[in-house]
Amino acid sequence: MISLEGVRVSYAGQVALDGVTAQVTAAEWLGVIGPNGAGKTTLLRAAARLLRHEGAITIDGEPTAAMSRRRLARLVAYVPQRPLLPADMTVTDYVLLGRTPHIGYLRGETARDRRVCAGLLDRLALAAMAARPLATLSGGELQRAVLARALAQEAPVLLLDEPTSALDLGRRVEALELVDEIRAERSLTVLSAVHDLTLAGQFADRLLLLADGQAVAAGPPASVLRADVLRPHFGPGLRVLRSNGSLVVLAERMQRR
Amino acid sequence: MTDSERPAPAGAAPPSGAAAAANGSNATAAAAAAAGDANPAPGPAVGSGATAAAADDGNPAPGPAAVGVAAVAGSPVTPELPPARRLWIPLAVAGAVLVVAVIVGVSVGPTALTPAAIADALIAKLPWHPAVTVPAVDVAIVWQIRLPRVVLGALVGAMLSGGGAAYQGVFRNPLADPYLLGIAAGAGLAATIAVVAGAPSTLIPPLAFIGGVAAVALTYVLGSGAGRDRESPGLVGTTTSVVLAGVAVAALLTAFQTYLLQQHTQVLQQVYSWILGELSLASWSNVTTILPYVTVSAVVLIAHRRLLDVLRLGEAEATTLGVNVARLRLTVVLAATLGTAAAVSVSGLIGFVGIIVPHTIRLTAGSSYRMLLPVSMVAGGAFLVLADLVARTAQAPAEVPIGVITAAAGAPFFLFVLRSRRSLRDLA
Repeated sequence: MISLEGVRVSYAGQVALDGVTAQVTAAEWLGVIGPNGAGKTTLLRAAARLLRHEGAITIDGEPTAAMSRRRLARLVAYVPQRPLLPADMTVTDYVLLGRTPHIGYLRGETARDRRVCAGLLDRLALAAMAARPLATLSGGELQRAVLARALAQEAPVLLLDEPTSALDLGRRVEALELVDEIRAERSLTVLSAVHDLTLAGQFADRLLLLADGQAVAAGPPASVLRADVLRPHFGPGLRVLRSNGSLVVLAERMQRR
Repeated sequence: MTDSERPAPAGAAPPSGAAAAANGSNATAAAAAAAGDANPAPGPAVGSGATAAAADDGNPAPGPAAVGVAAVAGSPVTPELPPARRLWIPLAVAGAVLVVAVIVGVSVGPTALTPAAIADALIAKLPWHPAVTVPAVDVAIVWQIRLPRVVLGALVGAMLSGGGAAYQGVFRNPLADPYLLGIAAGAGLAATIAVVAGAPSTLIPPLAFIGGVAAVALTYVLGSGAGRDRESPGLVGTTTSVVLAGVAVAALLTAFQTYLLQQHTQVLQQVYSWILGELSLASWSNVTTILPYVTVSAVVLIAHRRLLDVLRLGEAEATTLGVNVARLRLTVVLAATLGTAAAVSVSGLIGFVGIIVPHTIRLTAGSSYRMLLPVSMVAGGAFLVLADLVARTAQAPAEVPIGVITAAAGAPFFLFVLRSRRSLRDLA
């Protein structure tokens, strides 16, 4: 369980995150939504302790601020929006780097590290391309490789910053579906920024709507994905439809030709 | 903590993600994903697998086809990783080149010695050697003139190129090399001051060493304090400012040096020959002076090779993987700087080695620092021994400055390698 209390971040005097409080329990998926610049990435980076912040962030009651980097890395795995993917690195080598928090300083990977990664490559359908350089993978395969690297940390908390923004619609659903399955299998606590509101509503257990660095709405998707809640932040053209039991959020142009 | 080593169900169920999705509760989503796939099949392996998968379950989409490959390729009960990429092949190639370079380097010189004479001369100084009869002059030529020069060249070359690879990794900048943070300028200025002040020539190397280290320390102190607590609070973002501070410090020190030289034109020749680099005065005492620095530096750098690979993911990700990036950077810079400054102090400013050797290896053998660091050191040693060989034979009995050779021979070769590659994405 990760809990954020009054988390506040400012860059050069500008407040990027203004006292956000949220809790995500084990096996729960909290989707962070909001317009551009709302503070979604800042929230995730603060949770990964990549930014200096005020307020308390705790994992199972233990404040992250007091943890060593290594200990934090065993508890929290973070997937940035645009991960750097060294083109000639093989999928195996890439995923093995995820074992770093479990590998002693100046040590190499052990047989157990290799076993963990082999299991992940198998689970994420990457075994066939294990020896291939990252440059030869398709977008969906790369996304799975990045996820495998994060899962190799064996951390109970997974932070995903817009994990699917580079994928086509079909690959997006596939990738989120995979995250959801693994979340269930491993009781992972997932905190993710999701750009696509419709997908956010379908996958997250709860949504947190950020605007101008503040949490303006939180709760189950049905309570947040409402036109009256979203329009002030996403514009008047926003509409929420119900289709086969799920909510579909779309933006319509206001000027008709 | 979950155990990810999930034993795959023997044979029956497809072991993989998207296939599992199709198997599991949300069949519609997976089917939609399959149908909606717009990506062309990415590679031949997947392409061939696609046919198999299509035949298997009548699903023509490439996405699940990749899954088909995983299933077809067969996942044994305990999945295994492919064997790690071999470090030994590039290392053996570089090692072989080094051995040849050393043999040729010891064999060639103004006095023609037969290979047998050289072998005998070499043996004559070894403990427990078989009885050989060799003229004392041959032993002296081999042991006092050629061998120390070759060994010193190998050490300096190894340090310059290993240091270059390490700098490039830690600053994630393909142009980084030991001179970037001011070693050359600092050592050059210190040597110039020493010569102008009329210091004995034995004092030049230690002063050059101090000058080089001091310049890097200045760069580091000035550069790593900049930009902190502003755009990137506390953690990252100091790399570029350190590099830029290095450029500024180098320019400043070089200006001082130029001014000094202009005021004391009578020392121009002496300073200039040091700057261009030379190994002509190599002795065993040079070797024993720099050997501790080079050894410690090489050991520290090679020990950090895996962490430099982690850093290839970027500073933020390395941090979230538990790496203390600031400490890693400082350790690597410190080790590379001490070793390089020691090398420069006895050899002069031999340029270009730290750039071309590591990049040639990246372009031909790969960019993983686990391979790159040790191989760069061995190949750099070989390169400098060969360059020195050319330097002392091309215009014999005169010597061409070795820095001229490393650039004149290295640049065209490097440009050839550079142009023969399609992808330059992994140059740091």
